[in-house]
Amino acid sequence: MSLVFVIPGPLRELAGNRAEVRVKSSAESASKALTLLWAECPGVRDRVVTEIGEVRPHVNIFIDGESIKFTGGLASPVRDGAEIVILPALSGG
Amino acid sequence: MPATRDVKPRNGDVLLLVGTMKGAFIFRSDEKRKSWDVGGPYFPGSAVYAMAYDGRAGRHRVWAAPHSMHWGGVLRSSDDFGKNWTNPESAPIKFPESAGVALNQIWQIAPGRETESDTLYCGVEPAALFVSRDAGETWSLNEGLWNHPQRERWVPGGGGMCLHTILLDPRSLDRIRIAVSTAGMYVTEDGGETWRPSNKGVRADFLPEKYPEFGQCVHKVVQSKVNPDRMFLQNHWGLYRSDDSGEKWKDVAKGVPSDFGFAMAIHPEDPDCAWIVPLESDGFRCTPEGKLRVYRTQNAGKSWDAMTKGLPQKDAYETVLRDAMANDPLDPAGVYFGTRNGKLFGSSDEGKKWSQLADGLPAVVSVNAVSISLPRKR
Repeated sequence: MSLVFVIPGPLRELAGNRAEVRVKSSAESASKALTLLWAECPGVRDRVVTEIGEVRPHVNIFIDGESIKFTGGLASPVRDGAEIVILPALSGG
Repeated sequence: MPATRDVKPRNGDVLLLVGTMKGAFIFRSDEKRKSWDVGGPYFPGSAVYAMAYDGRAGRHRVWAAPHSMHWGGVLRSSDDFGKNWTNPESAPIKFPESAGVALNQIWQIAPGRETESDTLYCGVEPAALFVSRDAGETWSLNEGLWNHPQRERWVPGGGGMCLHTILLDPRSLDRIRIAVSTAGMYVTEDGGETWRPSNKGVRADFLPEKYPEFGQCVHKVVQSKVNPDRMFLQNHWGLYRSDDSGEKWKDVAKGVPSDFGFAMAIHPEDPDCAWIVPLESDGFRCTPEGKLRVYRTQNAGKSWDAMTKGLPQKDAYETVLRDAMANDPLDPAGVYFGTRNGKLFGSSDEGKKWSQLADGLPAVVSVNAVSISLPRKR
């Protein structure tokens, strides 16, 4: 049982300077998987989701290469061994 | 990311805390204010709508509210003038779950009075007031204002529904005035338990009722430190003065090319003296006739004089936003402002002559001017 989280560069300082965070656990959904990440790296939480638990509008989360925007949002299923990638969206100016 | 420089202030120096749409800068000069070093950019890529300096209780703390489009906003501070910044794991300012909303932007950071040296206030979007009683470690939402029955009828202005002005009455810890776009001003006289609208005489040209109890689009309010009853107000159309601590407002827009604008500053010693930058209409929002003119009154708004020496008077289509003008406490007072085109101007003689301190900054959204000397004797 494990999950791998890929941490974007700007947030690595809040993840012990790690590019990847591996947790020895499994989760049914993206929401529960992220809760495991928050427990390991609490500083990442407020940067990725708002205080009402929504993923920030310019942040994308991919599970095994697929954006959770198209697979059920935070309810998206997560397989054992999944790679969960957090990335800043293409935005700015 | 760009290389960051730091300034090394000495006691007596003047600092300009300059927030832009893509980071923060700290300008430093000695008290002559003729040449400036530049520190920054700090938080490159993040919009910094609010900065503040807390020199109370022996601190030399700079506060900033960088807001990343991606990662949200976190209040951060530096005790070494920008060399190192805190990066708290948990965002210090956030709405309680019961509020059902998320913080969008911190618009104002206001250190409390000298007698409450561990108190700070923040105004945020969506419009709300947060307070810290432990020097910024923890913050709580002011429930009295948040639960005000009129709040559901507040609407966002062009910049969002922001609480952008916090005026702390130096005579009473219980009296605080805030301004929200677009809701107008509210005042508490019991330390924030209850709030009432306080907009008497302030026009709302964009509503059928021109003088409503609330709903005005107040852009900025400034209060005299030596006579706190004296205030000036730049409205979304309308330029006002109050002589009774904001209870009633009198239109003082005679002699200015437009009564639309955002930014204001008030003299540190003379309550009759204030500076504004009028803008042409709420459609164009640039300096009228392509001339960058600061207007100054020295008689409480009876008349206004254009202060143009050193400022471009041709093809200067500039916008100066609500928090992008400030004055320092020295004698003569320094006045400073930044523009959306990334220019920063300063005057060390109360506006008689201006110098361009910087060009090519990202769009300037906030300017704070502070002296890190001991308080001046009067």
